[in-house]
Formats: sequence, C-alpha cells, structure tokens
Amino acid sequence: MSWHRTFPVGAALALAVGAFGAAHAAPKVEDTMAQRVQACTGCHGPQGRAGSDGYYPRIAGKPAGYLYNQLLGFRDGRRSYGLMNSLLAPLSDDYLREIAAHFAGLTLPYPQPQPATANVDALSRGETLVLRGDAARRIPACVQCHDTTLMGVAPAVPALIGLPRDYLNAQLGAWRTGNRRAAAPDCMAQVAQALAPEDIGAVSQWLAAQPVANGAKPAAQLPAPLPLRCGGVPDERPATRP
Amino acid sequence: MTAWRWTALGVAALVAALAGLVWALNVRDESAIDTAAPTAPTAELIARGAYLAHAGNCAGCHTATGGAFYAGGRGVPTPFGTVYAPNLTPDPATGLGRWSRAEFWRALHNGRSRDGRLLYPAFPYPNYTRITRDDADALHAYLGSLPAVAQPNRPHALRFPFDQQAALAVWRALYFRPTVHATDATRPAEWNRGAYLVEGLGHCNACHASRNALGGTTGPLDLAGGLIPVQNWYAPSLTSPQEAGVAAWDVQDIVALLKTGTAARGGRLVAVAGPMSEVVIGSTQHLSQADLGAMASYLKALPQTIPDNVTVAPVKAIAAAATAGPGAKLYEQHCAPCHGEQGEGVSGIYPALAGNRAVVMSTPANAVHLVVEGGFAPATPGNPRPFGMPPFATLLNDGEVAQVLTFVRGSWGNAAAAVSALEVSRYRGAK
Repeated sequence: MSWHRTFPVGAALALAVGAFGAAHAAPKVEDTMAQRVQACTGCHGPQGRAGSDGYYPRIAGKPAGYLYNQLLGFRDGRRSYGLMNSLLAPLSDDYLREIAAHFAGLTLPYPQPQPATANVDALSRGETLVLRGDAARRIPACVQCHDTTLMGVAPAVPALIGLPRDYLNAQLGAWRTGNRRAAAPDCMAQVAQALAPEDIGAVSQWLAAQPVANGAKPAAQLPAPLPLRCGGVPDERPATRP
Repeated sequence: MTAWRWTALGVAALVAALAGLVWALNVRDESAIDTAAPTAPTAELIARGAYLAHAGNCAGCHTATGGAFYAGGRGVPTPFGTVYAPNLTPDPATGLGRWSRAEFWRALHNGRSRDGRLLYPAFPYPNYTRITRDDADALHAYLGSLPAVAQPNRPHALRFPFDQQAALAVWRALYFRPTVHATDATRPAEWNRGAYLVEGLGHCNACHASRNALGGTTGPLDLAGGLIPVQNWYAPSLTSPQEAGVAAWDVQDIVALLKTGTAARGGRLVAVAGPMSEVVIGSTQHLSQADLGAMASYLKALPQTIPDNVTVAPVKAIAAAATAGPGAKLYEQHCAPCHGEQGEGVSGIYPALAGNRAVVMSTPANAVHLVVEGGFAPATPGNPRPFGMPPFATLLNDGEVAQVLTFVRGSWGNAAAAVSALEVSRYRGAK
C-alpha cells in the first residue's frame, strides 16, 4: 500500500507538495490544437513526423486538401483501417478540415531515407516508372501529378518521398485490390491496377530511398494538366456532415 | 385404429394447434390495411417526420457508412448472423415507393413487411410498436420526401434456423406483443413524453438491456444494462447509481450530455463514448431542449437498484496488488500526462479516473475499448472541437492493458476488481 492511501486526499496532496515539490502537480495541459490531436500523434509520431515502426506515415507538412480527403475517406469508409475508422467516426467535416490544416502547417525535418534492399534491376525499373511511366501500358509517370520534386502539389496531391517503404507498398497494393479508394473518378486506382506486383515493389523501393531536401514543401501548382481525371483533386464538394 | 395411429394423430393435432397459436399471436392487434388514396403530405408533416426520424436514429442503421442517405445496406451484427437494413428511400422497385401509410404503420406497430413477411427485431419494432399512428404517418411522409435511390436490399446473412420465418414466428410469440403507448395519468406530462421517447422511438433498451440466449429482452422498461452482442461494448445500467443511473443528476447535466456529448458535473468532465457517440451524433443532438428535458426527467425517475452481480472486492487487497504492480509504471508513462498522477483529470478537458463510474464498472468492457481504440467525444455544435485519446492498440499488449486497467481500477479510492489479459482479449477481440 502506498503511503498516501492512509491519509485523506487533501492531507495527502498537501504533504506531497511539501515533501516532493511538484511531484504530484496536476498535468500541464494547454488548450492548443496540438493537445487536441494527441489521439493522432500517438501513432503518427511526435507532431505527426511518422511512427517509429515504419508503417504509420508522416502527416506533418502534407497538403491540407490531401489530408482532409484522407480523413473524410477513413470516416466515410473509402479507406479501411479499424483504428482510424473508429477514431474519426464521431468527428465533423469542419473539425476534420481543421485537423488537416494543423498537420499541413507543420514544417519539420524529414528522416533519413531508407537504404534500398532491392537489386539494381528492380531499382532501375522503379526509377523509370516514377520518372517516365510506361506509355505502352498507359501508366503515367508519378512526377506528372506528384510534381517533379515528388513533394506533391497543394492542396490535394501528396508527396511520395519521405515515406516508409512498407507504407508505400501497402497503399499501392490496397489501391490495386480496391481496399483503398478515393473520390470518383479514382485515378490512383486506375494507375495501381495497371501496375504489376513487382512494379509496386520496385516503385516503393526507389521512392523510399530518395532523400528529402531541407525545407522541401509541396509545389504551389501542378506541373501540367493531370493525365487522368481525379475526383480527389478538386477540393470543393458539398459538406457531408455539417 | 391402432394405438400408434392415435398417438400420431394426437401429436399432429398438437403441432397444428401450437402452429395456429403461434400464428394467431403473430397477427394479433393487426388492423385491416386501408386502401384509401393518400393525401399529399404537408411540409409541416414532413418536417415533423424528419424530427421524429432523428429521435429514432433511423439513419443510424438505414444509411451505410459513406453510402447514400437512407438507401440501407448497413449490417447489424447479431449472435445469429448479420441483418442488413433495407432501403427506405421512395424508390418503387428497391425502396418504400409502393408502401402505403397503413403498410408502413404495420411494419412499425406489428413488425410485418409490405409482403406480409415477419421482420427481424434488429429493426426495433418491440419499441417502435409504441409509436403513435400520427407519428408513423409523419415518418412515412418524411421518408417519401427523400430523393429516391435505386439500391437493391442486401439479403440478411443469418444462420439456420434463425433465417426461417417459422423460427421468427416462435420468437415473436414469445417476446413480442404489439403495444399502444399508454399515458400514466399519475405522472406529469413531461415524464410521459420522456417515457414515450425512451421506450418507443429512442429504443434505448435495444442496447441498455441484457438479452437471453434467444436475443429476447424483458421489454422496453428494462434499462438495467447489457453487453451489446458482437460489438462487445457494455451499455451501462440506467437504473444503477454505480453505472449510468442519473437519479442524482441535475436535469441540465443530462440534457447537456445528450445534446453535446459531454457534460460538466460539478467540475468533472463526463463524455459519451463508443456506440453512445453514434446515438448523440445521429439522434439526441438534434432533439429539442423540451424533449431532452422530458427524457431526462423520465430517466431521473427510474427506480434505482444496485445490480446483484456487483461484487466489491476487498479494497486493501486490490490496492496492494494494483499499486505495487507494473500497471503503476505503465500508468505513469502513458496515462498520467493527461489524466494526472492522482487520476484527477483536467477540468473540462480530460475526465478524472478516480471515482469515475465508467472505470470501476463491474464489466471492464468499455475501459478496455477506450484504452485499445482511444477516441474522441462526438463533435457537436456544443462541443465542436473535442480532445482525443490515442489508441494504445499498437503500444500495449493484452497483458499490459490488463495491468494498467487493474492499476486504475484499484487506485485513488477506486475499488474495482482486477482485469485479466483474457478479459482484455475477449472484449477487444470483436470488431
């Protein structure tokens, strides 16, 4: 039995302050957005920099419209991951937009890239698909939409570098099988379905090995008109839950 | 005629008589379907129907996650299989487009479909039977005003024999009786309105009552709490001061909890979680102060009893085990930054864990869900930017969740039984 059980609570608190200073001080909690979204940073890492296990993606500094679309997608079932689905179920469009803006506004250093483990042929295949695509198979290059820097384009196209390899693999695979969906027309589903499983491994290997330049941010506008129509890109759509 | 023939004849007669009885019980209190041409519903009637649909949280089941409004498709998991809510939009082929008001009333009041088939009680007609005919007509008018969506109904996925109409007929003979809601003249009008909402449209006891092996409850007056099948959240007793009874609460606090999802009772934060969040989002936040006040006065007046299954373990033993165990260290690391070293919480932001009924309830199901899944209070106009708790599913294993809950349930004056890793595994398993 610990000592403070034997005293009335008031006396115990008074003693605690006397004996140990601030040992039993009330938690320091400020009314900030960072405090409100602690439910997110538990897995996505401090300030949303990425989780420790190589799966939970970085959310800090991603374009606000992209993050908002993903939050809506998890809440409304287009993306499926149990913890995210149940966590976001009770939240409104407005609050999800605010949460997205919070993480989009954080500019924090990126981690070192993951050294590739694939062979030279696979890496070269990955690099080709990312930078040039495969016209014969109607696969656009990643850089056509995600910017030549691969840092994404505000407000709705995400960066492809600075992400864990396992996460990239899992997302492209989920898109290919229909487990991850975006608002129709779902351009990434078309791209992922045109990719073979070996393509996905190669692209993920190459992307995860690329460094992110200091202070890199999403581009302000698309490098050229999108090669496919993407329902997730126009940000304005009617609110689904006011 | 030989003896065995007499026996067979007797058995056949008995079976026929029982079947006849079951059938008679299934169609009792049914009025003839009137075929009078419907009058065009007024805007006022439609608006009243929309309000009542919120009171019944109809969209909660009849709208799939991310699906078209009221086009059905959401599965209600039950121990007997999954029941899929049908399309209620006015599409003639797949929705209610061809349903008359009388047929709609028969579905609510008698639990029978337009084609005469018996409906599964996952559609809570044991409660909705209490809805007045006027309110049923308003709901019918509202649903008829929605945009028609052509979406075929998904067949239920129930195991044999629960997929048989005959089995359902027996269930209904045992557990369902069409009821007209009666006013209790000895009670104030406000209490009566609350009773109508809680026992009828609100179908509170669809969750807040225990069910027997056949899924039957003892009726809409039973609000003594129960584990929600398959989801494994525990809907606490509304008749126990140790669980979620509100006899000692101010009406305004009960109203605030239903309206906004949170309440500050004497400076302590109370928040809804889990399935009750869905109820606040889909239903109670939309209700008028008057109706919430009525529900509050009904709930306050419920007779309070301490359930017999509550076992209070010896406090000293618990405290010794809890505070010395590894749970204390886990608490210090993961929980104390928000909930405080003394479980005191932060006023208006994080709930206190010391003396928190949800923490010390005899069933630790909800505490397990909260630690594993985390959660936000529902975002409502009264609490638009809720604080959130992180899920610990990926940080703590079943044994560690059990240790930290054992610590919390046995510290700072809390005196609830320890939680085992097995219990954690059982409650978090479903979903």
